[in-house]
Amino acid sequence: MIKKWAWLIGILAMPALSDDGIFDEYRDLMGDDNPAIFVIDEGEALWFEPQGPRSASLEGCDLGLGRGVTAGAYARFPRYFEDTDTVMDIESRLLHCMQQLQGRDRDTLLAKPYSLRGDMGTELEALVTWLAAESEGAVIAPEQVHPAERAMYALGEEVFFYRAGPHDFSCATCHEQSDMRIRLQALPNLTEHQDAAETFGSWPAYRISEGLVRTMGWRLQDCFRQQRWPGLKLGSEVSVALQTYMAVNAAGGVMTAPGLKR
Amino acid sequence: MRLMLRTGVLLAGALTLSSGVVSSERLDTVLERSFVDNGQATVDRLQQDPVQQACHHSRSTPPDAATATSLRQERLDAVIFPADGDFLGDWQRGAEVADNGRGLQSSDDPAQPNGGNCYACHQLAPDEVAYGTLGPSLTGYGARGQSEPMLRYTWTKLWDTHAYNLCSHMPRFGAQGILTEQQLKDIMAFLLDPASPVNQDL
Repeated sequence: MIKKWAWLIGILAMPALSDDGIFDEYRDLMGDDNPAIFVIDEGEALWFEPQGPRSASLEGCDLGLGRGVTAGAYARFPRYFEDTDTVMDIESRLLHCMQQLQGRDRDTLLAKPYSLRGDMGTELEALVTWLAAESEGAVIAPEQVHPAERAMYALGEEVFFYRAGPHDFSCATCHEQSDMRIRLQALPNLTEHQDAAETFGSWPAYRISEGLVRTMGWRLQDCFRQQRWPGLKLGSEVSVALQTYMAVNAAGGVMTAPGLKR
Repeated sequence: MRLMLRTGVLLAGALTLSSGVVSSERLDTVLERSFVDNGQATVDRLQQDPVQQACHHSRSTPPDAATATSLRQERLDAVIFPADGDFLGDWQRGAEVADNGRGLQSSDDPAQPNGGNCYACHQLAPDEVAYGTLGPSLTGYGARGQSEPMLRYTWTKLWDTHAYNLCSHMPRFGAQGILTEQQLKDIMAFLLDPASPVNQDL
C-alpha cells in the first residue's frame, strides 16, 4: 500500500507557486480516495478483537457517550471522566480502557504508541483512525461543563503562548497569525475559529510524506520537537490542554477526519 | 526537574469559556509533569529567561513601555560584535546556513552544525521558491549598502532581534548560541554582498 502512494511524494516535492493552492487541488482530485480507509478497517477489527490477559474486546469501553458507543464520540473529546477524575483525550481514554478492560500493561502500551518512519502503523493509531471515522460529519462539540474541562481550556491557552527553548518558540510563533506559511507549508491560525475547525476536524490524517496515519497526539509531539522543546508525554496535561484549546476554538465546525496531508 | 517559580499572576484570555486564571506555580508544575528529556532537548529548556517571560505574558506584543525600554536596552548592551571588526564572511557558506533547518531538535545530531533556517520565514534568493512568509522578504537586502551603521544594525538583528523589536518571533541566533560568529558573518555576506543571489535579479 505504501509503495502505491510513493509517487505522490515526488509530486508534492515540486515547487508550488504559492501557499497550499496546489495541494488543495491535489486533495480535490483525490476526492474520497484516502489510503486511511485501510487503517479505518484495521481499527474497527481491533476494537472488537479480544485481547490482553482478560481476553476482552474494547466493546465495554465508555468513550463518554456510554459503554460501547463509538458513533460521534470522537467529536466530544477532550472531556472529563468521572471514573478517572481527569479530563482525557481520546488516546489516553483508549489506553485507560485497554488497561481496565483487557488487563494490559500501561508501560508496554506506552512503549511505542506512534509509528516511526517506515512502520506500518500502530494499534493506537488504527483505533483512533476508526473512531474519528465514526465521527465523520459530526459537529465538533467538546464538553466545557465540568470545572476541570474549563480549567483545561485556560491551561491550554496559557501553554499556547508560552515561549521557551533556545529558539524562543511557542505554539503562537507559527499559529497566531492568519494566511502565513513556513517554507511552502500553510500555517493555520489556531486562535481563530475557521482555521481551528479545519485543522482539528481533519486529524487524524494520512500523511503522504510518511505513508502513515498520524494522530493529533503525534502532531503535538512533533510540533514540540520542531519547537526545540523536550518530549511531550502522551495524555499529559499539556497535551490534553492544547487539544482542549483547539477543540473549543473549533467548536461548531465539522469532523472531516481522517484527513489527507502532505 | 523543578522549574524556577516566577512572580506575578498570568492572566488567561478574556474568553468567556475559560475559567480565567492559571497561576505560574500551576503552569510550572504542569510543564514539569508533561515533558521528559529527549536527547539534547532537555526539560530545563522550559525555564523562561526575562525576554521569554515578558513576551509570553504579553501574548507576543511588547509589555508596558518601561519594561520594554529597559529590556531592549539590556539586549542591546549585551550584543557581541565580531572580535576582528570584520562583519562579512562568505556568502556561499551563508546560503547553506540560510537553507539548513536543522539544529537543536531532539532528532538532530548535536555534532552537526546548526542551521539558521532563514527560508522558513523569509524570502531571500529570488530563485528559491520554497520560502515562508512569517517574516518580511529580504530579497535585495544588499541595496541598503555596507556602511558601518548598516553592518552593526544587521549584525544586531541577527544576534538578538529583541534589541530592536522586543517580542519579535525571530530567534536570537547569536545571544542564544544557535549560530557561531563565523556562521553569522557568512549570513551577513549572504544578505549584503552584491554578488550574493539575494541581491541578483532573477
